[in-house]
Amino acid sequence: MIGTWIRAGAVALGLAAGTAQAEESFIVVQSTTSTQNSGLLDYILPGFEAETGIDVRVVAVGTGQAIKNAMNGDGDVLLVHAKQAEEKFVAEGWGVERFDVMYNDFVLVGPRSDPAKVKGGTDIVAALTAISDTRAPFVSRGDNSGTHKAELRHWKEAGIDVADASGNWYRETGSGMGATLNVASGMDAYALTDRATWLAFGNKGKLNILVEGDPKLFNQYGVILVNPDKHPGVRVAAAQRFIDWLLSEEGQAAIASFKLDGEQLFFPNAQ
Amino acid sequence: MQDFAAEISDAMLLILQGDAELWAIVLLSLRVSLLAVLVSAVIGMPLGAALAVGRFPGRRAVIVLLNALMGLPPVVVGLLVYLMLSRSGPLGVLELLYTPTAMIIAQVVLVSPIIAALTRQVVEMLAEEYSEQLRSLGVSRLASVPVLLWDARLALITALLAGFGRAIAEVGAVIIVGGNINHVTRVMTTTIALETSKGNLALALALGVILIGIAVAVNALVSALSLRAEQEGLTHA
Repeated sequence: MIGTWIRAGAVALGLAAGTAQAEESFIVVQSTTSTQNSGLLDYILPGFEAETGIDVRVVAVGTGQAIKNAMNGDGDVLLVHAKQAEEKFVAEGWGVERFDVMYNDFVLVGPRSDPAKVKGGTDIVAALTAISDTRAPFVSRGDNSGTHKAELRHWKEAGIDVADASGNWYRETGSGMGATLNVASGMDAYALTDRATWLAFGNKGKLNILVEGDPKLFNQYGVILVNPDKHPGVRVAAAQRFIDWLLSEEGQAAIASFKLDGEQLFFPNAQ
Repeated sequence: MQDFAAEISDAMLLILQGDAELWAIVLLSLRVSLLAVLVSAVIGMPLGAALAVGRFPGRRAVIVLLNALMGLPPVVVGLLVYLMLSRSGPLGVLELLYTPTAMIIAQVVLVSPIIAALTRQVVEMLAEEYSEQLRSLGVSRLASVPVLLWDARLALITALLAGFGRAIAEVGAVIIVGGNINHVTRVMTTTIALETSKGNLALALALGVILIGIAVAVNALVSALSLRAEQEGLTHA
């Protein structure tokens, strides 16, 4: 009885707000801030939407939160960049299958003054060791995102326990890539960022790319259909069409043609 | 600063030229927040008035609680509403997450206590003033609620505006339950958050100025209307 009333009220509200939707005319994609903030999705989605009539609704959060939201069934497709976490997501039955979509790379940015003298290096672990040795300020995402997980792997390899330095020279913002870069820019600190967000970022201040080109900085993006066995509400047909398109020659070409200031930001590598 | 002035004028120009994208965002902000205030008024005003005239054990505690709820953190409300509306949540079957309706629900949770608490205060004062009259007419406490609300209507507009101010300026709750989806749930405040995270600080600030302008416009409109109502009231009296 109460349920009926809630439903009626919700429907009334929905009508009032004009949200009545036809079935499967849209899908929800849980993705990361890097794909949205760089402008990639705004660039490639209109092509898919025009072709299929399927509206792609992107919720851009950190990879950790995107995976969590997908586990709750609040999305039909997961498009993120943390391979280990993605494989775990599939292994636990939350997702159907994982496909490589594209890659770019991470870069270490830092102030022109470069107190840790890491500029021009191509070894991320050595650079982080130098930053730790000089106790130069470093700003971390601290939000369990794909970038944060990658950063923690490099610290671990350098044998540095950043938990000890937290709040000291190591600052965790607990927020998205852009917000973290704003903090780094404000306090002239080092930070690890994906190249796409960095290139599109408008508040660089005195920050520059200091370390790049280390194979360890490779950043792979994957796409997964949320498992309808776990969440029957998943819009399987439309979601599968979107995944197929992303992996198709057409989708891959769209990704490759996205450029900012003449520079390609994402490199398609679907099998 | 030069940058900022240019961005402001650019943003203003977009509004004046009727830029469809920006207008859609502005209108969605208004639609969501005005509907949230409307629903909150329907819930909050009778509740606040009943609390003002009712006498029951624990009334003081309820008032303290209600006043405290005025300070509900939007992020917490967003999280609670998300957990309710998520496909894994109790109301998941309604498929309301990431829709404007979800944003309205979250704002209703935030705004209702504000309207209820302010109504309680206004009506309680009025009830004291009218207590002799109402008693001589033999009107029971609860039956006097509609009369009191009607007579307090001008003062209650302030309660509505306070609620509207809270709703239109809030970002923490709507970004969680709305998802900041382009063309679907992107409102002024979430756009500002997004542009800030892209490092487009000047554009974000310019949008903020527009948001403040909208708030001023709504307040001015309501103030003009209530002034007219007041003057008409005087001439009819």
